[in-house]
Parts: sequence; structure tokens; C-alpha cells
Amino acid sequence: MKPFLTLVQRDIQLAIRQGSALTLTLSFFVIAVTLFPLGVGPELNILARIGPGVLWVGALLSCMLTLDRIFQADFEDGSLEQLLIGPLPALFMVLAKILAHWVTSVLPLILITPILAISLNMPIDGVVAMVGALLVGTPVLSLIGGVGAALTVAMRRGGVLLSILVLPLYIPVLIFGVAAVEAAIALLPVAPHIMLLGGLALGALVICPVAAAAALRLATE
Amino acid sequence: MAVDLHKYANPKRFLSIIGAIYPWAALLTVGLLVTGLYLGLFVAPEDYQQGDTVRIMFVHVPAAWMGLSIYTMMAISSAVGLIWKHPVADLSAKSMAPIGAAFTFLSLVTGALWGQPMWGTYWVWDARLTSMLILLFLYLGYMAIWESFDDYSKAAKAAAILVLVGVINIPVIKFSVDWWNTLHQPASVATMEGPKIHSSILTPLLVMGAAYMALFTTIYCVRVKAEILGRRLRMLQINQIQE
Amino acid sequence: MSLAAHDLSCIRQERQIFSNLSFTLSKGELLWVKGRNGAGKSSLLRIMAQLLSSPTGRIEWAGQDISEDPSEYLQNIRYIGHQDGLKSVFTPRENLQFWIDYLGTGAIKPALSALELDAIADSPVRILSAGQKKRTQLAKLLAVPAPVWVLDEPVSSLDVHFIDLFRDILKGHIASGGMALLATHQDLGIAGTRILNLDQLVVEGGE
Repeated sequence: MKPFLTLVQRDIQLAIRQGSALTLTLSFFVIAVTLFPLGVGPELNILARIGPGVLWVGALLSCMLTLDRIFQADFEDGSLEQLLIGPLPALFMVLAKILAHWVTSVLPLILITPILAISLNMPIDGVVAMVGALLVGTPVLSLIGGVGAALTVAMRRGGVLLSILVLPLYIPVLIFGVAAVEAAIALLPVAPHIMLLGGLALGALVICPVAAAAALRLATE
Repeated sequence: MAVDLHKYANPKRFLSIIGAIYPWAALLTVGLLVTGLYLGLFVAPEDYQQGDTVRIMFVHVPAAWMGLSIYTMMAISSAVGLIWKHPVADLSAKSMAPIGAAFTFLSLVTGALWGQPMWGTYWVWDARLTSMLILLFLYLGYMAIWESFDDYSKAAKAAAILVLVGVINIPVIKFSVDWWNTLHQPASVATMEGPKIHSSILTPLLVMGAAYMALFTTIYCVRVKAEILGRRLRMLQINQIQE
Repeated sequence: MSLAAHDLSCIRQERQIFSNLSFTLSKGELLWVKGRNGAGKSSLLRIMAQLLSSPTGRIEWAGQDISEDPSEYLQNIRYIGHQDGLKSVFTPRENLQFWIDYLGTGAIKPALSALELDAIADSPVRILSAGQKKRTQLAKLLAVPAPVWVLDEPVSSLDVHFIDLFRDILKGHIASGGMALLATHQDLGIAGTRILNLDQLVVEGGE
């Protein structure tokens, strides 16, 4: 347990020292969401209709853009191979890094979402459901993304490939996530959708670290 | 010296099996395709609502079946390659991918052509069509990752990891898309399934399914043989450089 | 305690680099892995550090096949590779402290002073020179001790003074019963060094 926490702490410290990356992702999220009202017009009822989808797609793309940060730097400077032969089994090492990545790169996006949601004319019930759904759903994005990031870590221009590999697998999260918010706006129960997202998260927690660890071994070979 | 030729690129037995199957599969393909198309285009009754356009189904539905089942076969083949480190299994999965992608693409194109007379537009976000589209993305990712590694054995393992994660996800994606569809689509829109299936329709469908399977086997034989010979060529080149 | 490799082979980019490679390493022994470029020196060291797998053969640690418990074996290994494994925004002290915490136990002070890093211990790694980074990397060997050192070009980018310094550190490690596998271009000139020549696949020398 101690190596696990040490590694999480180190990755969070690293992310804080290199703060610029975080603000970049946040800016991207805000700008991407801003484009939609400009694209479809400022009518409030249209914005309210597309709001949940826009925010989820924005969050999805922002998450995806941060994925290369999970393993890339450690791969390039050789820390990754040292971590792989360390005391922590590879799949827990992967899990620690994904957790740190989620805390530093994804959690800030969730925290800024209420402001964006209100700008898209989302009712307060919807905002609460949006944040809840993001909290349960985005770990799935980080976990699946971790597999993609591990598969492409050794490639010089893996970014586009990473998005092709990962985005189709993000679709269930998008569907259930948007459904949760729409249910809340329609004053229907939200819990079933959140539970579906929770189910996805558990499934991803079982499968993804194993797959990502195998892919990382491949990259350092 | 290159890696042991016999073990890695000279699966003689496999090649001879492929060689034996190939002519029969080709023959079977022709026979089944002719029978299936005849039954589908001339024998099966036209639909009372859709008229002759319903016959697109005989090309469309089996193509969708093939798209899905080939992905599953790829996953099984990759798992064999990953667990038992059998080199032919990796080559076999790699050979299947473009065929599966082609069938998936065929099902999308015929689906769009069928959609035009049925819905008045070439594309509706029907649950089945959308799932097939996502499946096509999965195929494209799989083929892209094979191209992205210089080292053959690394590419094989990476592709195997990807296809296994994908195959676990397919039921989840399918479920979520179906569910999304019922949530958003008014019930009055007809589904791809058309009217209740009658045996005069089912028979040509199954014959066409078998014909596609035979076609797949035929192309697979050619592709897998080409892959094996390509590997052998690379080995010879490596040997030449090293001498 | 001893390390034994039996019948290892290496395949890189679909090529056979070496095969049928066996050697043993006992307490207090230094094995110098020699060979031309591309002979597989780095690959052999990576196999010994479990970063690369050998399609054939096995490695034994204290008479036991390491595939039974790889993590137990890896606890006894320190691997120094071509990449420094240092985080550039951390200082040498922070880098070492992380590995001490991550790997369990160790002491930072003696390691820093042994490699004469005290003056730069609190500057971020990104402003250090190549030689200073190399020394920080080597300090990990002393900060978190382990019986087997697997060293891939440990003295590259070090000047004469620090090569001498590292030679003494290595001698001390051997003298106190440690073992080391070393791949370098230059002869470090440590008495009793055994040589594994990958060009001829023979083990020569020793006492």
C-alpha cells in the first residue's frame, strides 16, 4: 500500500509543478463548449436541449487530450521501466498512475462544469446530476484511456491513433451520462443511470489495468 | 541468423490445410451465392409495404452477421496467439480484419440504400446501423495499430490486447446503443427487421449467410497464405542483411 | 547467494541476437559484458533486469527459478539503464527520496556525498549537466542498496575524476560481497573482473 500511495503522491506533485498542462486542458474544455452556442445560435431552449450532450462530448474530448500525460513522460525519461521492475505489481502501478491522472487532470474539469452548464441554460437539477454522472463516469474514461495510452506510448505520433482506439469505447459512458442528466432535467429518477455508469466503472476497473500493464511491458521491451 | 524459420514463418502444415480448403471454399461460394441470390431476388415474395426493396435485406443482414462474427473470431484467434504464443494465430487474426471491415462496410452501405426508400433518407440513427458504424471504427483502430509498430511481435501483442478489450466492450456498446435508440426514437419508425420473418424469407437469408461464410473462408485462405509468405520473405531479407 | 543464467537467448526486431547464453555470478564477482555494437549487451542486461523476456532458458537466483517469484528477485536488483529515470522538475534529493520511499528503505545523505552531489542536491534536475544527472542516477545504487547491480554504460558522460570515484564505489560493492553485471566500452580495470564476450559467447578470466 505504501508504494501505491507514494506513487500517487509523486504524480500529483509532478502535475502541480508542471501546472501549465492543467490550465491548457481547462481552457480547451471551456473553449470547446463555447463553440456550440456560437455554432447553433444563442436560443436558450435549443441550448438547454443540447446542453447535456455538449458538456459530455466536451468532457470526453478534454479527457482524451490529457491521456498521453499518464505514461508518456515516464516512458521518455526511463522512469517507467524502473517502475515496472519495482515492488508494486504492474497493474497496481498502472492504477496508481491512472488515479493520479484522474485527480489532477479530470477532477478540475468536473469542478468547472457547473459554470459551463449554467451558461448553457441547464436547470439546477440537471447541474447536480451532471456533476454526479461525471464523478462516476469519468473514471471509466481514464481507465479505458489508460489502455489506449499504454498501447501508443512508444509511438512518436500516437495521438491520432489513440483517439481512434479510445473514442469508440467511450460511447457507452457518453450515452448513460447524457441520459442521467436528461432524466434529472425531466424530473425522472437519476439513480438507475448513475448505477449503470457505476457498473461500467467496476468493469473497467477489473479489465483495464491488466490490459494497460500488458501494453506497457510491450512498450518497454 | 534470423529467428528460427521453421518455428515462426514456415507453418507448412497450416499452408497445406489452407491449400486443400481453398478450391472447395471457392466452389461452395459460387454455388451458394447463385442459389441465395436466386432465392432472394426471384423466389422470395415482395413485401406488401416495401415492395422489391425488401430484397436488399438478403445482402444487408448477412453482411452485418459476418461483421460481428468475424470480430469475434479475431478475438478468439488473438487470444490463442497471446496465450499459446502460436504465431499463425496472430497472422490469422490480422488476415481477418480487412475482410470483417469490408463486410461491416457493406452492411452500412446496403443499410443506407435500404433506408432511402424506407425512411426517405439515406441515414437514420437506427440502433443497428449505429452499432455497425461503431464496429467499423473498432476494425479501423485494429488495423491501424498493426501498421503502427515496426516490430512484428509487438504489433501482434498490441493488436491482441486491443481486440480483446474491444470484444468485451461490444456487448456493452450494443446494449447502450439499443437503449439510447429506444430512448430517442419515436416508436412509429419501422426497424430494419421489417415484417415478421417467414420461411420464404428466412431460407434465402440463411443461404446468403452461408454463402458469405464461404466467401470469407475463400478470401481468408488467400490472405493468410499471403501473410505467411510475406513473413517468410521478411525473414529471408533479414538473413541476407546479416550475412 | 548467486545468480545463474541458463540458455538465454534474445530476439530483437525479428532477429536472433544471441542464443545459448549461460553464466553464473557469485558473491563478490564482477562480470564485464563485452561485445561489438549490436551484440546484445544492453538486451542481456535488460533480460537480467526482467525488462525483456528471453524466449528460452531460465534465470536462477539463490538456486530458485525467478519466474516463480519475480518480485522477490527484483528486490535484489538495481538496474542502471541508458535513460536516467529522473524527473526533471524534481531535485536530485527529491528524486532519490521518491525511490527510497517507493522501494522501501534507504538513506539519502551518504549516497549524495559519496557522489559529491551535496552542492547540487537541491537544484532541479532539468538544469543539471549530463554528468551530474548520471551521478544522480548512480546515487540511487547507494541510496537504496541491493546485492546485484546491473549497470549499462554507468560511466558514460562522466569525466576522469568521477570515473575513478565510481570505480572505487563499484570495488567497495564487490568487496562487501555484492555482485555486478557491467556493460561498458572502456575497461574499468578492476582486479578479478570476469569477462563475458558476446562476440564469442565465452566467459574468460577471473581469478
